[in-house]
Amino acid sequence: MTRLTTEEIRIGVIGAVVVALVALLPFFDNGFYLSLTVNIMLYAALCTAWTLFSGPTHYVSLATAAFFGIGTYAVGLGIDHLPFPVLVGVGAVAAALLAGIVGAATLRISGVYFVVFTLGLAELVRQLVSWSQSKFTGRMGLYVFTDIREMHILWMLLALTVVVFLTGWLINRSRLGFAMEIIGNDETVAKHSGIDTARAKILLFMISGAFIGIAGAIMAPRYAYIQPPSAFNPMISFLVVIMALLGGTKRLWGPLVGVIPFTILMDIVSSRFPNHTYIVMGIAFLAIVYLLPNGVTGRLEQLRERLRHRQPKPEAVSEEKPA
Amino acid sequence: MSTPALTVNAARKQFGGLVAVNDVDFEVREGELLGLIGPNGSGKTTMLNLISGALKPTAGEIRLGAERISGKSPHEIAQKGVARTFQLVRVLPSMSAERNVMAGAVFGHARLWGDEARDVARDLLARVGLEKRAHLPVSALTYIDQKRIELARALASNPKLLLLDEWLAGLNPSELQIGISLIEELGNEGRTIIMVEHVMDAIRALCDRCVVMNTGHKIAEGEVGAVLSDPEVMRAYLGDDEDA
Repeated sequence: MTRLTTEEIRIGVIGAVVVALVALLPFFDNGFYLSLTVNIMLYAALCTAWTLFSGPTHYVSLATAAFFGIGTYAVGLGIDHLPFPVLVGVGAVAAALLAGIVGAATLRISGVYFVVFTLGLAELVRQLVSWSQSKFTGRMGLYVFTDIREMHILWMLLALTVVVFLTGWLINRSRLGFAMEIIGNDETVAKHSGIDTARAKILLFMISGAFIGIAGAIMAPRYAYIQPPSAFNPMISFLVVIMALLGGTKRLWGPLVGVIPFTILMDIVSSRFPNHTYIVMGIAFLAIVYLLPNGVTGRLEQLRERLRHRQPKPEAVSEEKPA
Repeated sequence: MSTPALTVNAARKQFGGLVAVNDVDFEVREGELLGLIGPNGSGKTTMLNLISGALKPTAGEIRLGAERISGKSPHEIAQKGVARTFQLVRVLPSMSAERNVMAGAVFGHARLWGDEARDVARDLLARVGLEKRAHLPVSALTYIDQKRIELARALASNPKLLLLDEWLAGLNPSELQIGISLIEELGNEGRTIIMVEHVMDAIRALCDRCVVMNTGHKIAEGEVGAVLSDPEVMRAYLGDDEDA
């Protein structure tokens, strides 16, 4: 649990090469591909942050838009007064606090109640922001003017995704990660083994929420004009769930497998058939749940397992037989 | 006299109109192996659930050593040194045998981490006879092996008090012998244990004393031989008809 395995080193090297390639992209293209890659990186960061919590706990959170919007608004409200990096931090803390409150209120209940509550929460936050904006400022939106350009946003999102991965890896090696593995197996055993299950889940939800808040803050300069319907867009929550489930949530890198094709698909659909995006989302959701309940990565693992059983190694067989 | 390892003082658990545990008192001394017996539905498992915190008592008090544990949550009670097994065996199916046992070492009373926790898990797996299967997923293990895992997990926290809820149930005669000698060893080491059990031979062979419950009440307590020949205990088990 303390030393690096060869597999971890290999993944680290591959990851570093991919990160370097993505980071170099703005020097080759500043138009369509950069814009598409920003979208992919955004959902890569969001889905990985979402999976940090929802992967081990199996709680489906639809509050992504709430945390994201809070991050965006932290930048929108403060950009004339504070430097951008500080506002990113504010967005992270605000999103983590909201996640902590939601977690304390709902993580004791499970399953569908949690899903509905998080969806309702995102809507509530959006309505509250709309209402207070029209009440106190008389405007519907906020302008965000900065000299942050698209390539800076790409780099920041890339850095965020790397940090989310490193955090996930560190958590997996920590007591918190071990606790989550036990909770995912049997919560009763977890409690009676001495794990404060509520605390562990809230902590993880807060970490996940903070990263989503940071993603929202990073995206604010790209929107330039921030309104509640775009910052707290429920589409974000649903897309994150669909992409993460498509990729598979058993491993932290699983969602990436879903993010890349799905972002490209959504890009094509929204440019060619702008009125049919919801239909595509709905069909994709049904297809994933029916055909790939464990996602692409889960399916691949299943196939590999089946192949291994078809050609069993002799020593593996003798070991599995009961003595 | 020194403080008992566990003191149960007028513990009561009520589910609506049903009183599952009705003002029960008993003590467990340090290093003692206490049997908790009684017919089905007499409240034994509920009593264990009150001690381990799975249920909170409606009234009364439970102390571990000098410290009150009744009303605390299960994870706090586990950290203070109460470990348990479950009536229907509960293992962590996706994890290896070794990691199952480490769960107890890492989060329970002992609170170890890293190599220390792993060493404890390996020693205990060897102890329960599973050292060769340490890296198999527990879902591939047989019923008795899963029970062994559960026991090793409970022991890994180095508990002050071990609660065994029908740990010997469902074992075949030869497995039962192995199980009994394993618990006997634990008793000889000075572990404090409460075992809920239906296997009377095991109670006779292992326990110093026993407490008998019937319909939520404690009806007898004392040295095993004497308690089992108590007329009220016989009536509880066999019914009212003395000619039976």
